[in-house]
Amino acid sequence: MRLTLKIWRQAGPDVAGDFVTYQVDDVSGDMSFLEMLDVLNEQLNSEGKEPIAFDSDCREGICGMCGLMISGLAHGPEVTTTCQLHMRSFSDGDTITVEPWRADAFPIIRDLIVDRSAFDRIIQAGGFITVNTGAAPEAHSVPVPKANADRAFDSAKCIGCGACVAACPNASAMLFLGAKITHLGEVPQGQPERDSRVVKMVAQHDHEGFGGCTNIGECSAACPKEIPQDVISTLNKDLRTALRHGY
Amino acid sequence: MATTTSPATRPTARSTTIALKMVMAVTGAIFALFVLAHMYGNLKLLWGEEAYNDYAHHLRTIGEPMLPYAGLLWVLRIVLLVSLVAHLWAAFTLWGRAERARSHKYAVKKRVRQSLSSRWMRWGGVFIFVFLVWHLIEFTIVRVDVSGKPVPDNPFQLVVDSFQVWWLTLIYVVAMLALYMHLAHGVFSLNQTLGWTNTKGTYARAKVLGHVVAAVVVVGFLIPPLAVLFRLVK
Repeated sequence: MRLTLKIWRQAGPDVAGDFVTYQVDDVSGDMSFLEMLDVLNEQLNSEGKEPIAFDSDCREGICGMCGLMISGLAHGPEVTTTCQLHMRSFSDGDTITVEPWRADAFPIIRDLIVDRSAFDRIIQAGGFITVNTGAAPEAHSVPVPKANADRAFDSAKCIGCGACVAACPNASAMLFLGAKITHLGEVPQGQPERDSRVVKMVAQHDHEGFGGCTNIGECSAACPKEIPQDVISTLNKDLRTALRHGY
Repeated sequence: MATTTSPATRPTARSTTIALKMVMAVTGAIFALFVLAHMYGNLKLLWGEEAYNDYAHHLRTIGEPMLPYAGLLWVLRIVLLVSLVAHLWAAFTLWGRAERARSHKYAVKKRVRQSLSSRWMRWGGVFIFVFLVWHLIEFTIVRVDVSGKPVPDNPFQLVVDSFQVWWLTLIYVVAMLALYMHLAHGVFSLNQTLGWTNTKGTYARAKVLGHVVAAVVVVGFLIPPLAVLFRLVK
């Protein structure tokens, strides 16, 4: 198929960017979106032009590095990451607008690459448990009820790709926060630091310049790992509990 | 690439966005309870002039002689006024924060899951506030009879005179549609913000609750003005 791509080009963090239109022919439906961009970059290289900068790493939907706003949808029209998005989701003759995640907390580095270190700083603020590492502990020493283990696991599926922030009209990272808080809060190991964790992580979230949640649900719709809205309720409940405990 | 550090200063639960959202939620819950009670009181209009005026009078004599005349009414007014200030302050603070969080907008952005109600929370809220100011001027602070007749000293008569004017009833119908949308998302949202929707079931039930509360309030509020407009109450 033949596609028209309107891609955001920006040479660096502090220079103005703009859309540039490209034509890509012979796109196979079996290609991933990133492979299609690879083809375009080959084309640009052969013409002696600067290739388009975009992030990618594992290309199997588990690392969270790739993330593009594709015609107004974070990670495009499938419920997956950009690297796992098939070109068969598009039709011959389509015009696709490709933008980087737009959030002031995710500054643009170049073209489609944004700096998601804000997420790392949120994790550093409290997204961990304090334990002695080394030999694996006996798995049965701290039993975890199945329902809690399942919810912790489902929340731990978050890969920190930032699609929730990208899709949110307020550029809020509450789904990311909710996933991390629920993941650690559902298991016994997460209890000792539960109150201080939520306060530190939310304070860092606000400090980074993310917006507040308005419970609209766009984040869950965009999430490639289908993290549900109820983790945000758990986040809110944990903060309410911390408030009551005087944190 | 090494992660640059940028610590937040003195984190406290009180200074977070979520605490601000909780202010919205609690004050919103006060308003939801208030409109339910207000709607119930308005329905007295259907029982005629005496029932309605007695109700208006009783609002001022509740608790007498333990409380002074209109004592409880003033307590409620102060609670509502403080809630209103807090609700608006939190709303505009969060609105500003959200605007700053994405100073560069998308060229193309599709809506996937958001409801009409949720999308109109902010501007709908502003509209409801403007309506509220007019509503208070009309029936409490100044008392205006839009039919052009001299303002009666009788609450029932003022309501009947007013809603016999079609355009005034129309303003109220539009305001009630705005209130429906605000309550439908607001009541759901306050449950989520207060952390009561931690499972798929409770989350789904909170959404239904939002629409049920909104429907009860709005239908209840619309019955008296429409009854007056269609001359079922004179």
